[in-house]
Amino acid sequence: MELIWVVVIGVLYAAGLYMMMRRSIVKIILGLVLLGHAANLLIFASGGLSRGAPPLIPPGQEALTGQFSDPLPQALILTAIVIGFGVQAFAMVLFKRLYQRTGADDVDFVRETEEQP
Amino acid sequence: MNALLLMPIVVPFATAIVCLFGWGHLRLQRALNVVGAALLLIVSAWLFWEVERRGIQATQVGNWPAPWGITFVADLLSAIMVLITGVLTLAVAVYSLAAIDRRRESFGYYPVLHVMIMGINGAFLTGDIFNLYVWFEILLMSSFVLMALGSERAQLEGAMKYVTLNLLSSALFLAAVGMLYAVAGTLNMADLTVRLGQLPNTGLVLTLATMFLVAFGIKAAMFPLFAWLPASYHTPPAAVSAIFAGLLTKVGVYALIRVFTLLFVQDVAYTHTIIMGLAGATMVTGVLGAAAQNEFRRILSFHIVSQIGYMLMGLAIFTPLALAGAVFYIIHHIIVKTNLFLVSGLVRRLRGSYELAELGGVYRLYPLLAALFLVPAFSLAGFPPLSGFWAKYTLVAAGLDAGQYILVAVALVVSLLTIYSMTKIWAEVFWKEAPVEPAAPDTGGIGLMLAPVIGLALITVAIGLGAQPFYELAVRAAEQLVDPTEYVQAVQATGAGLGEGFSLPRNPPLLFKE
Repeated sequence: MELIWVVVIGVLYAAGLYMMMRRSIVKIILGLVLLGHAANLLIFASGGLSRGAPPLIPPGQEALTGQFSDPLPQALILTAIVIGFGVQAFAMVLFKRLYQRTGADDVDFVRETEEQP
Repeated sequence: MNALLLMPIVVPFATAIVCLFGWGHLRLQRALNVVGAALLLIVSAWLFWEVERRGIQATQVGNWPAPWGITFVADLLSAIMVLITGVLTLAVAVYSLAAIDRRRESFGYYPVLHVMIMGINGAFLTGDIFNLYVWFEILLMSSFVLMALGSERAQLEGAMKYVTLNLLSSALFLAAVGMLYAVAGTLNMADLTVRLGQLPNTGLVLTLATMFLVAFGIKAAMFPLFAWLPASYHTPPAAVSAIFAGLLTKVGVYALIRVFTLLFVQDVAYTHTIIMGLAGATMVTGVLGAAAQNEFRRILSFHIVSQIGYMLMGLAIFTPLALAGAVFYIIHHIIVKTNLFLVSGLVRRLRGSYELAELGGVYRLYPLLAALFLVPAFSLAGFPPLSGFWAKYTLVAAGLDAGQYILVAVALVVSLLTIYSMTKIWAEVFWKEAPVEPAAPDTGGIGLMLAPVIGLALITVAIGLGAQPFYELAVRAAEQLVDPTEYVQAVQATGAGLGEGFSLPRNPPLLFKE
């Protein structure tokens, strides 16, 4: 299971970085989205993958015993998803405004700030 | 729970909320903006005084013990950063009253500014590395809005580069945090200090160290990851680029100092040698980039990159004196750099341009402004007796002590080249005859723009003339950084069990097993 997980995360990272290196501005956004998903899955895997092991203290005991699935990474992902959603929504609106102003979906045309007068 | 630690976060947050309630009432928002900034300065000074007098302060929000609770810690470095943030916020808040146009004001400039300050203070005070990520996102999000507010074409172009590279850095940071949790089983920084010291697998820890180096390196504008900074910092209004220049990259530097003194000190010979090479390259590329520019704020932007190199140099040498130099440099740099950007905004207001070719004659018309430019400019270049001289002197002395002669040589040459850039601005903007006589400038509210510049210039002179207390403060901050025992003890004193004792029978992922 973990092997599949690793491959999926690796492919997401590769796809995300590839998208970010394309010239199209829309694809940069898609790249950022994929990178966010990759990072979230990585955190999920970092808690350890287990099946049917809720983090519940059995009756009559004081502490957790044996193996359990760690709830903390899932809480982290939840936070990261919410932040990622907000940030990506903002980036999309920003890039749309940029497209409206420059009329080009190509990073090579976004260089007015770099050129010497 | 020690509520004072939270005040530098609560005050700007409350200011922003109340400003939002006053949407459409600009006069109310302007008043709240100044009152909030003044209150922030007061609570920051209070916190600083408390930390200076009673040592490192820590608190657990909600009273959960440390590995799980929300930890805030203020050591001297944090307290210094929060205090400078307070000073800068007040300066920029007053400057903005006259410098920000009505359209930007009515679209929420003031609330967003204060939310950003909240994020910055949160990043300085948090004692938990995931919370550091959250605070980073808060300050980034509001800085995105400030960068793009106004929607001029140059701003949108700059914002696109700024947003893309910072989001890439955040994704890396998040992944690194996840892997750190898998390795150490905790995210509390004091707890991490204890556990990473016990960890046998140093290869994995070094990998993580490198990931944090890249993630924070982008935010700190370190070589070769700085391209977003000179592409974007000169596009928003001067007040915005001034606070960005002063504080945002320094949050990245602060995070680098934090993780490379607290967490990743297992193999200093390896990690800090990498930082040393990067520090030298950052200084050189920044200053050479600046030499090729012909726009006031672009020159200054490249100089931010160059100056980041000096701070990293202190971290890389990693002796108490070098870290003291880095802390002193940060104090000096934040004040001076912000002031230079504020001066550029004044020049723009009076002469209508940032382009060196279109400017000139400012010295003849406004000698006071010229003098106010010279103070931070000479300080930046390291002229005695201004603050920059003592900052560079400490770093160079530390470098010579540690036998890092090449890095010291680089630092000194870069310092000379800094003088070249500053004299270029001086000659082009202030000294030469104006190419065209511009129309009579709009001098409305110019006093509000001038007051912060004078205040910051006075602070620069004060640090320069009375360097001893600032130097001693930096040395004490560095001592706390070199030996994290006090940091860990402060967190432990809040009722936390760090290290063993709290380690649950987790199910560690296959990948990270020995």
